[in-house]
Amino acid sequence: MMVNEEAVFYSRVLTELTLSFHIIYATIGVGIPLMIMIAQWIGIKKNDYHYILLARRWARGYVITVAVGVVTGTAIGLQLSLLWPNFMELAGHIIALPLFMETFAFFFEAIFLGIYLYTWDRFENQKKHFMLLIPVAIGASFSAVFITIVNSFMNAPQGFDIKDGQLVNINPILAMFNPAVPTKVSHVLTSAFMTCAFVLASIAAYRLLRGSRHVYHKKALFLTMKIGLIFSIATAVIGDFSGKFLAEYQPEKLAAAEWHLETEGKAPLILYGILDNDEVKYAIKIPFALSILAHSSPTAEVIGLDQFPKDETPPLYIHYLFDAMVTIGMITVLVALIYWIGTVKKWSFILSKWFNWLILLLGPLSILAIEAGWWLDEVGRQPWILRGIMKTSHAATTSGQVDLMLLLFTGLYIVLGIGSIVVLIRMFRKNTIEQELADQGLEKAGEHL
Amino acid sequence: MTLEIIGISVLWIFLFGYVIVASIDFGAGFFNAYSTFRGKEHILTRIIQRYLSPVWEVTNVFLVFFFVGIVGFFPKAAFYYGTTLLVPVSIAIILLAVRGAYYAFTTYGKLRHKRYVYLYGLTGLFIPASLSIVLTISEGGFIRMEEWGPVLDYGMLFFSPLTWSIVLLSLTAVLYISAVFLTWYAHKAKDEAATNLMRLYALITAVPMILTAAGIIVEMRSHNIEHYERLIHLWWMFALSFLLFMGTFYLLWKKKSYGTALGLLIGQFSLAFFAYGISHYPYLLYPYLTLYDSFTNTAMATALIIAFIAGLGLLIPSLYLLLHLFLFNKEYVEGKRNDYV
Repeated sequence: MMVNEEAVFYSRVLTELTLSFHIIYATIGVGIPLMIMIAQWIGIKKNDYHYILLARRWARGYVITVAVGVVTGTAIGLQLSLLWPNFMELAGHIIALPLFMETFAFFFEAIFLGIYLYTWDRFENQKKHFMLLIPVAIGASFSAVFITIVNSFMNAPQGFDIKDGQLVNINPILAMFNPAVPTKVSHVLTSAFMTCAFVLASIAAYRLLRGSRHVYHKKALFLTMKIGLIFSIATAVIGDFSGKFLAEYQPEKLAAAEWHLETEGKAPLILYGILDNDEVKYAIKIPFALSILAHSSPTAEVIGLDQFPKDETPPLYIHYLFDAMVTIGMITVLVALIYWIGTVKKWSFILSKWFNWLILLLGPLSILAIEAGWWLDEVGRQPWILRGIMKTSHAATTSGQVDLMLLLFTGLYIVLGIGSIVVLIRMFRKNTIEQELADQGLEKAGEHL
Repeated sequence: MTLEIIGISVLWIFLFGYVIVASIDFGAGFFNAYSTFRGKEHILTRIIQRYLSPVWEVTNVFLVFFFVGIVGFFPKAAFYYGTTLLVPVSIAIILLAVRGAYYAFTTYGKLRHKRYVYLYGLTGLFIPASLSIVLTISEGGFIRMEEWGPVLDYGMLFFSPLTWSIVLLSLTAVLYISAVFLTWYAHKAKDEAATNLMRLYALITAVPMILTAAGIIVEMRSHNIEHYERLIHLWWMFALSFLLFMGTFYLLWKKKSYGTALGLLIGQFSLAFFAYGISHYPYLLYPYLTLYDSFTNTAMATALIIAFIAGLGLLIPSLYLLLHLFLFNKEYVEGKRNDYV
């Protein structure tokens, strides 16, 4: 097979770019419906108009991100075939089923989202309108589930055999339920819910920092921080399971991410540091922690990079991606936990300016962690596109125009990124909650609670 | 019926769905821009936005469904078309992105400027043009095989009369389908000014549409004789399609039963679309690729078909609800309700 080195390089860059951009909107798309649902449900149950308005305003912003997400999702969907035609031909035979099901899930979501948005005041019974949100949230989550199943397959392919270069014994169901699925799918879902909760918390914190003392923002902050705390803990716990999955099925990825060069027992977990001639320097070493992460036992042997040929291990910089992800994960759990305890115990510094600043950082940090996590996943699988079966360099297109397309799409994403930020700011800067309530003559609504 | 036939039928039906709903969407955007340009936006804009706003994402999914289905049922076709279509499809994605951005920023985000309306309207013409190129390429003669794989010959594609006829057909068909639909919709909304304007547009676009359609059949003779003979073999489907076209035209002319006119139009296009599809059999790409040699394995095909049936069980009631609430809801159509979030 002939490889066009340049096409491989640009295909990788374009895919990295599209995915890095899309994942922001996709994460928001998966997580926000659940947040809207919770707020609207509380609003109906407590008969508190503030929560209803919370749901309504979140939904208004959400549409913008969904519309952009639809665009970038279509782009990556097509780019898979345009940039990686050899891979998609192979994948089509084995893992097309969840890809196909994802379109159904998204179809379902799109239909009900359209209905939900345009029937806000149509029903006498608020619960009827709330019910329309359930298929939106289910569709959004299942889109993520199915797509993550495809990604899991790339990391732990199964459900087929290769005999004399031919695919035989194909079992689409077995391919779908590959060993990477449980940890990956749950990690993607919980981290999306966590990120969305913290992004919304950041917005509330921002409003409080800008001087609004409205109880609406306090309710929003308390609700989102609580949800964020739950899902950040869940994400961390599942992250631990992911470590065990990697140790079993993709030890080279774990070893590269942890800079675990030699196979050994009682392995320490390395955080930060630099690598100098295969020697780790200035790192924090947590004794036994890697053995525990990999096998739940402080003495267990963990396979190191020495067990793999040099050309079949990922680049070692993924260690820093791992560090970024884990550090941010720890920060979010900690800040959310302090906030929650502080609210219950009525610690005054929870309301202080600097703590609000800290909360404001959680949203952007969570998104950075999502990026780091996906880069870790994708770069950590290199040089394989389908681990052990097909190398990335053999999967790419041979077309000579990928560099030009890279320029086109870079321009597109810049416009979409700036556009969505500008529009979202415009939408809410003038129309503050105080303004909206005043417009409706409902300043006192919900205050009695 | 073989699995291959079931697979391609499913995809072709969905592609037809996309052609109809997307044509309405693309054409509406163009008419919206055109009437804004002529200073008549007060006549059309409200009616067009009322229909389009809740359904545009659904339109897009039809397309995604089609190409994901191709990867699933005919993975080798994904390889051939994926390798050769990088540039035209990337351009189509960018244009689709402009439309998505219009919805995001203008419809939902209230960022209003005439510039966006024009840009949005023009994409309604460029997208069908860029997507219809895929059909042209499928006729063969534009792709040559090099040792590293298939390569698209842009020069040949650009200078082929077939390319431009198909582009022209896609444009006129988009405008015609959209105009007939909007005539009916505006009539339902009891908006007489918009009804009359759309009816006029429908009558104006009808003639060039049917002429280019006929012209393509003639051109096919010199481009791909094998396909041409199969087309002629299905003459009765095209004849029937033409009769339905005359029916729509007559009803519009006489300002009678626009609903029936729309029904006949859908009949007309489905007949022509399926006649074209059937005559294309067994090739997905002349002369390299047939249904059979690009088909996936039996296990995957069976799984996909089961998933498809289950999915339809979920989608059809949901789509019914969507249409029930927006297309067939008197108060919504007449603009007495908005209820936007």
